[in-house]
Amino acid sequence: MCLAVPGKIVSRAPDGADLPLGTVDFQGSRVEVSFALVPDAAVGDWVLVHAGFAITLLDEAEARETWHYLEEAGLVESFPESDS
Amino acid sequence: MAVGKNLREDPQVLIQAINEICLELDTIRLMEVCGTHTVSLFRSGVRSLLPANLRLVSGPGCPVCVTSQGYIDAAIDATRLDNVTLCTYGDMLRVPGRAGSLESRRAEGAAIEICYSIRDALRYAGANKDRQVIFLSVGFETTAPAAAQAVLEAEQKDLQNFTILSGHKLVMPALGALLASGDMPIDGFLLPGHVSVIIGSDAYADLVDVHAKCCAVAGFEPLQMLSAIRALAAQLRHGTPRLENVYGVAVSGAGNRHALSSLDRVFDEADTVWRAMGTIPLSGLELKDEFGRFDARKRFGLTIGDDYDPPGCRCGEVIQGRLDPPDCALFGAECTHEQPIGPCMVSGEGTCAAWYRYGPAKTQGGRP
Repeated sequence: MCLAVPGKIVSRAPDGADLPLGTVDFQGSRVEVSFALVPDAAVGDWVLVHAGFAITLLDEAEARETWHYLEEAGLVESFPESDS
Repeated sequence: MAVGKNLREDPQVLIQAINEICLELDTIRLMEVCGTHTVSLFRSGVRSLLPANLRLVSGPGCPVCVTSQGYIDAAIDATRLDNVTLCTYGDMLRVPGRAGSLESRRAEGAAIEICYSIRDALRYAGANKDRQVIFLSVGFETTAPAAAQAVLEAEQKDLQNFTILSGHKLVMPALGALLASGDMPIDGFLLPGHVSVIIGSDAYADLVDVHAKCCAVAGFEPLQMLSAIRALAAQLRHGTPRLENVYGVAVSGAGNRHALSSLDRVFDEADTVWRAMGTIPLSGLELKDEFGRFDARKRFGLTIGDDYDPPGCRCGEVIQGRLDPPDCALFGAECTHEQPIGPCMVSGEGTCAAWYRYGPAKTQGGRP
């Protein structure tokens, strides 16, 4: 349940949008994510995502290592695909 | 075991260091607070590489495992209310209540939706205005900020059909309660990485300053856990308990202030029942009165009944680090992953489920 997965931000709603939402790419799976908890996150940043919310920025090297481990350990399930 | 491209340390070197340090120690007992660590230690094989005198015991960091029986029963009762759709994380589905589970209720035709995120429940409520959505909001500080944000979003959208049944719990009060009970010979804590992203490593200061326990905050990859265990062993070897953070790329001292202020805005700390541990003061989160219309207990008059353990179930002892699963008479016999009796066997992060799945071959590390 504490599993948080690293991904790369590929799009973000503009400032002034109702909700701080965007799309994060997890090695091919794209999921809608809220940036309410990491409001400064920008397109191109890597974030740790837990239950649909980004919880912290992560540097790319660390993110890729974490992803490899999760993949090998079979801990990454397929994400629900975003409609957007 | 994966070796990261950014080679901070060689896992073989870490394992060797741990073994060498432990040659100079008597039995040491480290609590892996978090269910995700429990599973990762097994899956990665780290557990089986540790010296026999390094005991790893489980802690109460599995949200489903510490959810009281009364909460599960209230959720099951809620599925019988008119027009209610219950939304839940998948882990809760198979936890047995006093009579049946959410899974059996779903098989009987109850409206239950599995969610990856509480925002899925918000979307469902927005798209199904004729349904009353109740979200089973469980989880520690990693997950509670998402719930806080969801309630704020529901308020912003003026949703009339969205409520949560809060079962959120806080890690430090539980650890404090375990230590206060006095009969826990724990030498140190492997602290949860993602809870720490939110609350910050400074939040654990009392474990060192008041209780003189060795502490290390770690993420869930093998190198992370090995680094933390080596740090803990070294602290014990030198008699210098302190707080080390090996997950500095994600965890700061102060934590995520946006997340923490979300919690402050939406929730009050409340005395909360933990499965088989009784009520721990100020260890849970309840919605503030101003958000009362999003509180399923208030809207539907749900009551959380008494705690109840199925006869013979010893999950409570397991989550307090007092019992290893194989020492429970039901383990592997009446209680299996396919036919679980208690939540520690059901949950993806439950200690019993981890021991059951990974079998004796990987449990050798730490067992005398």
